[in-house]
Amino acid sequence: MDERSLHIVIVGHVDHGKSTLVGRLFHDTGSLPAEKMNEIRRACEELGKPFEFAYIMDNFEEERKKGITIDIAHTFFATPKRRYVIIDAPGHKEFLKNMVSGTSQAEAALLLVDISQGIQEQTLRHCFVLSLLGVRQIAVIVNKMDLVGYSKERFDAVSRDAIAALARFNLAPAYIIPISASAGENVAAKSPISSWYEGPTVLEALDSFEPLKVEEKGLRFPVQDVYEVSGKSVPVGRVEAGRLKPGQEVVVYPGKTKTRITCVMKFMEEGMTEAGTGECVGITAEAALKRGDILADTEPAFITSSVRANIFWMVDQDYRLGLPMVFKCATQEAIGRIDKIYKRFDPATEKTEDDLTVIKPAEVAEVEITLDGMVAIDSFSEIPELGRFVLEHAGTPVAGGIII
Amino acid sequence: MDHLTALENKSIFIIREAYYRFKDIAMLWSVGKDSTTLLWLCRKAFFGKIPFPVIHIDTTYKFPEMYKFRDEYAKKWGLDLIVGRNDGQVEAGMGPGKGTKLDCCNELKTNALKQTIAKHGFKALLLGIRRDEHGIRAKERIFSPRDEQFKWNYEDQPAELWDQYRSTVADDNHCRVHPILHMTEMDIWKYVQRENIPISELYLSKEGKRFRSIGCAPCCNPIDSAASSVDEIVTELETTTTSERAGRAQDKEDAYTMQKLRSLGYM
Ligand SMILES: Nc1nc2c(ncn2[C@@H]2O[C@H](COP(=O)(O)OP(=O)(O)O)[C@@H](O)[C@H]2O)c(=O)[nH]1
Repeated sequence: MDERSLHIVIVGHVDHGKSTLVGRLFHDTGSLPAEKMNEIRRACEELGKPFEFAYIMDNFEEERKKGITIDIAHTFFATPKRRYVIIDAPGHKEFLKNMVSGTSQAEAALLLVDISQGIQEQTLRHCFVLSLLGVRQIAVIVNKMDLVGYSKERFDAVSRDAIAALARFNLAPAYIIPISASAGENVAAKSPISSWYEGPTVLEALDSFEPLKVEEKGLRFPVQDVYEVSGKSVPVGRVEAGRLKPGQEVVVYPGKTKTRITCVMKFMEEGMTEAGTGECVGITAEAALKRGDILADTEPAFITSSVRANIFWMVDQDYRLGLPMVFKCATQEAIGRIDKIYKRFDPATEKTEDDLTVIKPAEVAEVEITLDGMVAIDSFSEIPELGRFVLEHAGTPVAGGIII
Repeated sequence: MDHLTALENKSIFIIREAYYRFKDIAMLWSVGKDSTTLLWLCRKAFFGKIPFPVIHIDTTYKFPEMYKFRDEYAKKWGLDLIVGRNDGQVEAGMGPGKGTKLDCCNELKTNALKQTIAKHGFKALLLGIRRDEHGIRAKERIFSPRDEQFKWNYEDQPAELWDQYRSTVADDNHCRVHPILHMTEMDIWKYVQRENIPISELYLSKEGKRFRSIGCAPCCNPIDSAASSVDEIVTELETTTTSERAGRAQDKEDAYTMQKLRSLGYM
């Protein structure tokens, strides 16, 4: 089980059973200490409620009282195949920014739908966020099948709706799985009650998902900082795509100057011959480098001061055209402002708004951002790290963006 | 890339990002396995020479082995060690026998840390907390601002997208940075094992007992264990089901002590 852990996100309308499913996954994979079960049991008794799997996730004192999940939470469980990091995201509108930050790291998603409720506003919103963030591996989990007596007809109807909802965002589910999170049917073990269902359980579906592979792309090495090590200037950074080797000829973007890597190094590792995607290393190079330089061996898709992208507005204040912000992509930073809004809409209703001078909370907009300097960027689906960015205002992230 | 290497790279990236953002930064070293792992990662991030101070908050109640370990490695690794102590309270006799355990922690840990930060004007602190330690930590951000009172406003945290961490904090705030937040207890031990990181002998079994978590001597209870090497600890953890802080008086006294301590701002 040395495989890297897979980050998954569980999304869906509030009360459709996310927390219960997470609790169930934990419990059924034996990832829960007995003591923790007791802690939760006690808490439930104190509140005079029956045992809730959901409390495994909803661990805050306040939440126990209010009965809602207030933030993303990272938790871990493991199957024999690999470890999973679950990012639980709340369904409440006001917590959407947390949901976005949760999904941003996800390589696969479980989209929960309550069989008795069907697709809801939040479900659509979450579908949109998944598509915006490029999460392509999705299993639709149809929950609370016990409420409809494991009816195949009801399941088929909701399945059709789910496929249609995802299709609106150019997404398709890899699986649609009928479960009962509270009873544990089709989560870890196949349910004998829904014998008409022949697909995988939730755990089998998860194990079939693949981690992202950027290793095979062209090199992208954004310089993070420059240190002095034994009198030498050592730029450091993380390989975001491809591979980095001593002797390699690279181009430094966005300035497009050429240089040669003379050494790739890590502390206490002699004679490195290569650094792969995801590795943090120091290098020496013939040219002087600085934070924000992007070393590459294939040309990035755009070397530009004008960025067209989809952004997701995460804060409670409106954006007014022209307000300056900081654009941050990998280690590149530039002052910029949105000069043009092509369209903006509420991802739940997909209703486009007419006033194109403002972006409102929780809206998605297709925009043109004009920067004070040049940046090197790629499209998100090619090289994720160079294809996504954050807009910051007064030190706080206000929007996330995907380069299309 | 294997799991441990992926975790290591993530931590090093965060440490370097924090140092780039905040030059007035320090690391908190409790001498326990987590912060010693963090220290190790900092050494790696800066090619052996950590360019900022390392703070040890000394309640004066730590195990003698911990003081010895601290001084030995501070010297060996050339650390710029700052020992922070709430001298006023220590002299006034504050201790686990006086007042509640929470009062003691609050004075000798939280206030000692507040004083140390104020004295040196630190704007950021690297801390070795982990998400899996306790439910309430599952909600932490990697860059987490604290106000003057050390309050953590967990309901209104800015989003952290794609390794883009906030670049500033307000003047009266400092920023907590958590480079090993994503590691579990098991990850730590496996990493300690792989890297051969020195750890306090208190973690290793003597006469059938060892500490799974170390802090102040009066408030730590050893667990029954025969694991007398890191390899044996890893094997033991693979088969155990009780959680790590089970031996800590601090947590038992009140199920929500962690939360309260937290909101008082220690960690
Ligand atoms: N009957 C039934 N109820 C469920 C099931 N899963 C969850 N619930 C209940 O649905 C409610 C909402 O679940 P919760 O997990 O808190 O939803 P969340 O808001 O999506 O996290 C709780 O009262 C659960 O007990 C299920 O499979 N069957």
